[in-house]
Parts: sequence; C-alpha cells; structure tokens
Amino acid sequence: MNAIIVSALMGVVMMLSGIIFQNKSLMKHLAAAGLILLLVANLLQSYGKYVIQVDTHNLLHFEQFGIFFNTIAIVATLIYVLLSGKDIENTGVHPAEYFALVFFVLCGVTILTSFNGLLMLFLGVEIMSIPLYILTGADKKNLKSNEASLKYLLMGSFSTGIMLMGIALIYGGSGSFGINPATPEMTMGGIPKVSFLTVSGLILLFVSICFKVSAAPFHFWTPDVYDGAPSVFTSFMATVVKAAGFFAFMRLFESQSDLMGATWKILLSFVIIATLLIGNITAVFQQSVKRMLAYSSIAQAGFMLFALYAGNDLAKEGILLYAAAYSLATIGVFAVLIKMKDYTLDGFNGLAKTQPVLALATTICLLSLSGIPLTAGFFAKYYMLAAVVKAGGALWIVIVAVLFAAVSVYYYFRVIQAMYFKEGAAETSEITGGFKIGLLFVAGLIVLIGLLPSVLLNYFYF
Amino acid sequence: MIPLLLISIPLLSGLAVFLLKDSPASKALALVSSIATLALALVAVFSKGILHYDAAWLPVLGSRFSLMQDGMAKMLCLLTAISFPVVFTATYNNSYQKSAAFYGLMLLTQAGLMGVFLASDALLFYFFWELALIPVYFLCSIWGGERRIAVTFKFFVYTFVGSLLMLVGLLFVYSKTADHSFALESFYQVKLMAKEQAYVFALFFIAFAIKMPIFPLHTWQPDAYEQSPTATTMILSGVMVKMGIYAVIRWLVPMVPDAVHGHANFVIILSVIGMIYASLIAIRQDDIKRLIAYSSIAHIGLMCAAIFVQNRIGLEGVMIQMFNHGVNVIGLWIVADVIEQQLGTRKMSELGGLAQKTPVLAILLVLMALANVALPLTNAFVGEFLMFNGLFQFNIWMAAIAGISIILAAVYTLNMIQKVFYGQVAEKVTNAVDLSFNTQLALGILVIMVLVMGLYPQPMINLTKDTVDAIFVQR
Repeated sequence: MNAIIVSALMGVVMMLSGIIFQNKSLMKHLAAAGLILLLVANLLQSYGKYVIQVDTHNLLHFEQFGIFFNTIAIVATLIYVLLSGKDIENTGVHPAEYFALVFFVLCGVTILTSFNGLLMLFLGVEIMSIPLYILTGADKKNLKSNEASLKYLLMGSFSTGIMLMGIALIYGGSGSFGINPATPEMTMGGIPKVSFLTVSGLILLFVSICFKVSAAPFHFWTPDVYDGAPSVFTSFMATVVKAAGFFAFMRLFESQSDLMGATWKILLSFVIIATLLIGNITAVFQQSVKRMLAYSSIAQAGFMLFALYAGNDLAKEGILLYAAAYSLATIGVFAVLIKMKDYTLDGFNGLAKTQPVLALATTICLLSLSGIPLTAGFFAKYYMLAAVVKAGGALWIVIVAVLFAAVSVYYYFRVIQAMYFKEGAAETSEITGGFKIGLLFVAGLIVLIGLLPSVLLNYFYF
Repeated sequence: MIPLLLISIPLLSGLAVFLLKDSPASKALALVSSIATLALALVAVFSKGILHYDAAWLPVLGSRFSLMQDGMAKMLCLLTAISFPVVFTATYNNSYQKSAAFYGLMLLTQAGLMGVFLASDALLFYFFWELALIPVYFLCSIWGGERRIAVTFKFFVYTFVGSLLMLVGLLFVYSKTADHSFALESFYQVKLMAKEQAYVFALFFIAFAIKMPIFPLHTWQPDAYEQSPTATTMILSGVMVKMGIYAVIRWLVPMVPDAVHGHANFVIILSVIGMIYASLIAIRQDDIKRLIAYSSIAHIGLMCAAIFVQNRIGLEGVMIQMFNHGVNVIGLWIVADVIEQQLGTRKMSELGGLAQKTPVLAILLVLMALANVALPLTNAFVGEFLMFNGLFQFNIWMAAIAGISIILAAVYTLNMIQKVFYGQVAEKVTNAVDLSFNTQLALGILVIMVLVMGLYPQPMINLTKDTVDAIFVQR
C-alpha cells in the first residue's frame, strides 16, 4: 500500500515542481530523492508499518513476494534515473513531466504486484501502460518516435480490449472478479469441471498479457516501439515494466493453470518456443544495437516464461532473480548505448580503446545477458531451468532453451567483438566521472549477485 | 588449504597484473606467481592422502565451495603448474601489446583450469569450466592471427553449447539426488534408470567430447590452435584439452557406469576413426602448427578410447599419458613458436636445412618428436603402451586399426623433421640463429621430463593409483 500511495503522490509532486521550479537540472535530483523515499516507504511496509491504513476490501493483497519485487523495481528505477537522468532531461522541453510519468508507471507496477482481483489487474495494467504511450512519443519532433507512440497506443488498446473481454468471460463463467474463481467441482475421475466461459476468458487474458510482455506471436509491436522510442525510455520499458508484466503473469496463473489442464502446458510451450525462436533468430541479423536489444528482450521474455511453465517455488525465486539480473544488465547496456553517437554495431568499434571503463561495464552486462557464470544472468537462467527440471517431465524444452541461449551468445558477443577486437574510434558524447562510477557499480552488483545470489535471495527469505 | 591456494594464487596475481599497466613488471610478476604455484603443486604431490577444502557457498541450492585433490587432481594440477612457468619462460622474449592484460588473462586461465581439476561440487565445477573459457576467448581474439575473431568465436560457441548441455545434465542429476546437493559424493550415489543414464551420458559426453575434441566435434580445434597466440595454444593443447578427459573420468564414468558401458563401442569407434582421420590429415599439412594440432587430435582420441575400454591397465595409461601428452605437445609448440618468431613462416615448404644453422634446436626437436611418436625410452611410450594394451584386451580389431595411427604418426613427424631441419638450406633460413637461453631452458626442462618419465614412470602410476582404485572399487 505504501508504495502505491507514495509513488502516486510523487508523480503529482513532480508535475507541480515542473511549474514551481525553473531549474531544469533540479528535477533528476528531486526524482532520485523521491525514489529513495519510495524505497523507504516500501521497506517499511515489509516490516508492517503503514503510511496510511486503507481497507481495500480484499481487492489488493500484500505479501512479501510482491513487496520484494517492488523493491527490485524501485532500485532498478533508481539506478536508471541516476545513470540516465541527464539524458531524460535532454529528451524534450519539460523534464519534470517525464519523471512524473515514470512515477505513475511505478504506481501501476506496484498495483500489479499486489492485485487480488481482475479489476485491479486491469487498473494496474492501464496505469502502467498509459504513461508509457506518452513516454514513447516524448521526442515530439521525431517522426519515428511519433510513429512508435501511435503504434504502441493502437496495439495496446487492442490488447486492453482483449483483456476486458477475457475478464468479462471469466466473470460470466465463475461469477467473480477474484483471481481464484470458485473452486471447480470435481467430476468422476477427479477431472475438474470448469466452465467453457472461464477457460476461454483465461486464454484471452493470457493473450493480452503475452502482448504486454512481448511474447511471440504477440510481439510485433516490440521492435518498432523499442526502436522508435527515445533510447532512455526504451531502457525503462524493456526492464522494469516488462518484469512487472511477468510478475502479474505469475500471480494470475499461479492458481489458474490447473483449471486449463494439459492444454495449458501445450499452449505455453508453443508460446515459449515461438518467443525464443523469433527473438533469438531475428536478433542475429540486426545491425543496429538498439534493435538487437529489442529482439533480445523478446528472447529474454521467452526465458522468463519458463517461470510460468514450472510454476513452483523455485520459479518464484527465479523470476525475482531474473527480473533483477535482466533489469540491471539491460539498464547498464542502454545507459552506454544512449551515450553512443552511432547506434550501429560499427559504432561500437574500438570502444575499448577510447572508453575502457564503458567497454568493461558493457561487457559484463552483455555476459550477464547471455548467461555466463560469475554474472547474475547465469543464476537467473539457472533458476529458470532448474525450476522446469524440478517440475519434472519436460527435459526437451530445457534443451531447446539452452540451444537458443547459445544462439544469443552470437549477437551479444558481436558487440563485445566490436568493442575489443575491431579497429575504430567509437565516438561518445561527454562522459562524466560520476557516470563511470555508476556503471562500475552496476557491473559490480551483477558480479556480486553472480557469485552469491543468496545476497539477494536471503533477503527474500529473511 | 593447498587446493584453495592453488586457485587463489593465480587468480589474485592475475587480477594484480591487470593493474600494472603494461610495464615489464607484469611479465616478471606472472612468472613469479606461476613458479609459486608450481612449488605449491609440488608440495601437494608429495603430501599424503586426499586433500580437501570446504566452505559454505550457496546453501539454498545445496552447493558448497568444496575442493578435493586426489591423485589424478594432483597430477593435473602439477601439469598445469609446470606448463605456465615453462610457457612464460619460453616466450619471455615475445612482446605483446597491452602485455599486462595478456599476462593477467593467462593467469586467470590458470586459476580456471586449477578450479576445474579441483572442484568436487558439480555447480562449482561448471563455474570453473566456464571461467577457464572466458579469458581464453579474449586471449585468442585480441592477440591471435589474421582470422582470429571468427575462429575464436567458433571455438567459443562450440564449447559454450557443450557446457550448456552439460548444465542441463547437471540439473537433471541434481534433481535426482537424495539430499538435493551438488556434491560429488551425492552425484555418485544417484541411481538412475538405464534410459535416464543414456540421456545424462549424452548431455555430458557432448560437452566433454567437444572439449577434447573427439571426431566429429573437432572442427574448431585446428583453426583455433593455428590462430591463437602460441603461448595460449600451448595452454590450450597442453592443459585445456585434459579438462575433457579429466571430466569423463571424474564425473561421467562413476556417475553413469551402465551408460558408459553401453556406449563404449560407439565412443571407441568414433575415437579410432578420429585417430586415423586426424593422422591422415596431418600427413598432408604444410603448416607446422596445423600439423601439431591434428597430431594432438589423434593422441587425444587414443586417450578417450582407453577410458572407455574400462579396464585398469587402459586407465593407468590414460593417467600417465594425460601428463606426458601435455609435456610433449608444449615442447613441440615451443619449437614451432621459435621457428615462426625467427623466420616469419610456419610453412614446411619454405623451410629446410635448419639443423645446420641451429644445432641445439634440432637436437631438442628431434627428442620431442621422437616422444611424439612414442618411441621406447620416451615418456609417451609408457602411456601409449598401456593404453594399447587396454584396447587390445577390449577388442583386438580396434587395437589393430588404432595401431595404424602409430605408423602414421611416425610418417608425419619424421617428415616434418626432414623437411624443416635437413636438406638444402632454404632462403628464409640463412639468417637463423640458435636458441636463446630462456628457450633452451624451457625446452631443456621438458626434454629432461620426457626422458625421466620414459625411464621411470612408476612414481606417476603410484600417484594416480588412488583415483584408479576408486573407480574400479565402485564397479
């Protein structure tokens, strides 16, 4: 509750401060302070202290799992603002508004980690998405940014429609908006009897959230939107927002997947394989690093879907770890990408010579994304695979997944090759000392989690 | 404590070397560090019993930072510890751009290799397995030859695919352990059904076979050896390929004995095909580096076959040969490096009559080459004799076909000596000068080891006896 209230308030505060203070560079400091406040408020909740007690009539349900996810999302946003705050400022004329929108997105995220009914799910998704439509079009004068924004809005509203239809069908089938619709009656032979309406509603819900997390075959908006949006906001969209989508996914289908029986696994394995295939194979052919990262984010989504497939405790831990590892690494890579003059692969040629610190940090982030041991990304993937193996049965899908992970090495390492092994003079905009320290901090954090994931997970267990 | 130090000395000094910023001190520090590691490895060899080190690491996952050094591990740690100072000495006069980074990465490779040979926890083993690969990737890609980027990447992708499959295998076995632990003992105690064993065998064996490499997964190897900087090639072929053989003996054979038994014929046939195939290609090579690379594939094939014959004498042969092959092949690479550095070519067709100009090099090379052919009195003879003996007990025909590779080895090795060292003095050779002191020292040490191990191999057999015993007791 704390996080929802504080993030909404901070959004308003940021908006007003845009009118009151004329100093533009003040905004990012204000936003960072607000995020720290938000973090404190969220941590207080995990110790049972509330800013305001509100009776939500069981529409929201707070548990440690969700609160811990909030912490990850807030910390990731904080790192994001600290690293790229200056670039957010430079995007357009009213920086305060961008920060306000970021806070509203976080408000949506925090609702998604605690919803206890389909209505709140819908509210959360919308509160999270609408600011994103605006952020995508933040670069007003740029045609690509406008196109991306419009595309995102149209596709997004379409998927919202599907979601509402799904919710309506589930309501019709079970008579409730709860995420645990009435326990189905057992028929002879122990097969649960579920109404046709509920199952079709669930499938529609599944489709619409697949859209939000850009799982194939509902991924078509992703490359264009990620590519067209100003890079700073792509970074935010691809990390915090996406992870939140997965969290909602987990929460929603934790108890529901039984209702769909064997169909569920077939449906899910189809989506997983398609996502891995399209994400990885297409990323191989990209020349622009930004577009490559867009496709790679689809591929990573495929891996995160394994949490849903396994659906056990290990998967729950895994999705937390994955969210943290993936967000950190992607924010790091994007922070460097934004500084580059040329977004193509050739633009990275020789970066190790001109900016050794940037190259080193990017390398660690990329190693983490490809899941090499000693980085956080390894344990993230490890948990996903372990969860599926533990759930039993489907060794083949794990083998398919690792083969695609090997493909992903190809495109991540192309950037490393460009930075270290190719001749060239990569041009960057001005790099401050603070930015380098921030990047090294991110890289250090990735290695630390890669050595001792228990640092992160023990906190979850307390 | 010794096992931990064997990993941490190269690791820490490797990180320290990075900070030295290209001064000549980086070279010296690397050499000193590697000699310190060697001293420690010798202490380990002469200490009795199995050495252990154990610390908590990831309690949630049931994985511990546990190291174990039995006879085989002692022997391979010794090989690793000897190789690095020898390589550093032999290439002391080579100059590298960004030398601090070069030596730093070399030492990190050593730390990774030590870790692979010492880890007695499956997840830790996987960690080190990858950790040994990453620095090599950078070493080859930055300091390698013309086609380095593509070739190294092929090498990396091959091994990475293998290790990911191994990871799936690890996870599967882990899910079957009684106490949900990655410990070696728990893995040994897992009883898998025949079908499960076959899956696990396939997942692990592909990873190890790529690393060794076994035909038909060997295609990355000649290119990678040719394009890497020679110091790295020495480590790659001298020590790193032993990772695959070691892993088969340590992890695969005790864990899925039935599957190993069931697939023995298949693997041995592949190995024998690889031996003959690689030997035939070696005969046709003009490039010295490629010749040594293919000859190495043939030798490794024999070792792999000798593991799968599953008799004592074969395994003893493998143990000795793992060490000896490392010594011999590093010696050959040093000679290849000297020739390339001095004369600027590796093509045998452009060389000739080198013996007249560089008599010392010629003598040392001939000794090394004879060891490569496994002539009696050299170290390789003992190992190969034992291995062929084991193979003979398993299947006479296999032994006979594999035996052809000995003849072929003599053909290509002696051919190389003849073309490079004898005959007319070629144009490029006219300015050759004999070995510098450091190369003489490095080659001298190796030649002494070749002869000593050839005359008196018993200490090595005794050293690895406990590992061999452990494997045959479990049967």
